[in-house]
Amino acid sequence: MTLLSIDPAAIDWARAQFALTAIYHWLFVPLTLGLGIIMSIMETKYYRTGSPFWRSTAQYWQRLFGINFAMGVATGIILEFEFGTNWSNYSYLVGDIFGAPLAIEGIVAFFMESTFVAVMFFGWEKVSKGFHLASTWLTTLGATISAWWILVANSWMQHPVGQQFNPDTMRNEMTSFLDVALSPVAVDKFIHTVLSAWVLGAVFVVGVSSWYLLRKRHMEFATKSLRVGAVFGLISSALIMLSGHHSAYTVAQTQPMKLAAMEALYKGGTDQPLTLIAGINPFQQPDYEAADEPPLKLAVPYALSFLATNDVNGYVPGIRDILDGYTKPDGTVEPSLDEKIERGQRAITTLAEYRKAKAEGADDSIINCQLSIINSNIQYFGYGYVKDRAQVVPYIPVCFYAFRIMVGGGCLFVLLFLIALWKPALLRGRWMGVAAIFCIPISYIVSEAGWLVAEFGRQPWTIQDMLPTWVGVSQVGSSAVMVTFLLFLILFTALLAVEISIMLRAIKKGPNT
Amino acid sequence: MNRTGTGFWHRVFDLYYDGFRNMTIGRTLWLVIAIKVFIIFVVLKIFFFPDFLRQHAPSGSEAEYVARELLNH
Repeated sequence: MTLLSIDPAAIDWARAQFALTAIYHWLFVPLTLGLGIIMSIMETKYYRTGSPFWRSTAQYWQRLFGINFAMGVATGIILEFEFGTNWSNYSYLVGDIFGAPLAIEGIVAFFMESTFVAVMFFGWEKVSKGFHLASTWLTTLGATISAWWILVANSWMQHPVGQQFNPDTMRNEMTSFLDVALSPVAVDKFIHTVLSAWVLGAVFVVGVSSWYLLRKRHMEFATKSLRVGAVFGLISSALIMLSGHHSAYTVAQTQPMKLAAMEALYKGGTDQPLTLIAGINPFQQPDYEAADEPPLKLAVPYALSFLATNDVNGYVPGIRDILDGYTKPDGTVEPSLDEKIERGQRAITTLAEYRKAKAEGADDSIINCQLSIINSNIQYFGYGYVKDRAQVVPYIPVCFYAFRIMVGGGCLFVLLFLIALWKPALLRGRWMGVAAIFCIPISYIVSEAGWLVAEFGRQPWTIQDMLPTWVGVSQVGSSAVMVTFLLFLILFTALLAVEISIMLRAIKKGPNT
Repeated sequence: MNRTGTGFWHRVFDLYYDGFRNMTIGRTLWLVIAIKVFIIFVVLKIFFFPDFLRQHAPSGSEAEYVARELLNH
């Protein structure tokens, strides 16, 4: 069995299954991170004032945090099962690197979160106020540190650094843990993702508080919670704009094709405008080879150049530039796709010859020469499996629209927080109150859209430039993966229905006053 | 339930013991967690998600298997 015998449908089902699991898992993570900070702020208020009001307010939000936390437990483990079954080539090639942050995450999650979560929920009458407050903050910190390690693993797939390929073991081995843990992509991704989770947590608190205001129940609790949520949300939103700019800059440096797909930038250049909206068919890959830009394009002049290069006149390559090769502003030349394919094929062919020569006990000079060829071409290894230009272009409509949903939703939430702070009376009105509540599901859609941009934009790579999806996948039958996909769909839907039902019951009950 | 012991481990036990006993909504959550963990680790892991390489490559020859997969295309 070789790559030629892989069932193409199996790749699609394996990708769909991974996406479904990741999307489901991500329903729980952002609320844990965002609500974690807000409930910690509430308890800090209790610690400083000694007011029973803040105690019951903190306990209420901790209850909702607990429901979400419990429902999210272990959902991420399924992703690791999928690596071992559906993505075995990938797992073997990069397990040494990818496994380290995941293992650290597991240990941190187990010891830190499970210890302090117990004190937070069970310890109100058992430990001092100070120790309880510290436990609440440490629960949130533990969850955030867990997120860091998961995001480090994901960032390595976007921008592999700190590793070296070993042709004898066929594995990528870590050469610098710090390079992996503190790569610019990891730092940016962590900051941007955590801030987005804070915004989602703030929207959740504002939305739930608005429901009480509409119902004219627990008015003091709702008014003060609304204010804390809105202030926190506004600060997070301001910070996320800065981190978003920096993320765009990093993506432009490390994954220019992703940026070009997000922007539907077919032909790049200097002084590039940022597209606000354009007429792109959501169900069809546009003809980026023929058209210079999408139809009905409405754009902000110079804004893309500024986002991508910190210079309003900066050069941003488009899809065709990346495929044909281009010269960067610093004078370095980015090779064309054809050249990358050739060098990738050279790496693959020489690697096969090297392994054969080694097995046959060939002369050292031959082996060293082959090693030199492998090392000088290994950065384009994945391109050796590419057959045509279309294979390396992500699906543009998803990247384009998901990016706009993410940014547009972020702007909507800023408006919500401003209203909650300066015109809170509006939220007691029927329409505005309902709109605030509807912002809760919208915030989840926006949060997932951010991940769609990140992950669809990386396609076709499981690991950028190193391993395309059709090489990382196992020789599994499509029907087997399809069955588990459908099984997950049923399981996740049922679990989500249970969680929403428990959460709604807790919200209806309200705080203990 | 208040017990009279004051040692550290006794207090830790007490924290968990009383915590679990006095749970209200937590009981439902633990039930959901238990069902979920059972499905994930017993049903899914054992019946649907075997270790592919362990099944297809003899122990110690995983590198050869992956090399064959990747290089003979």
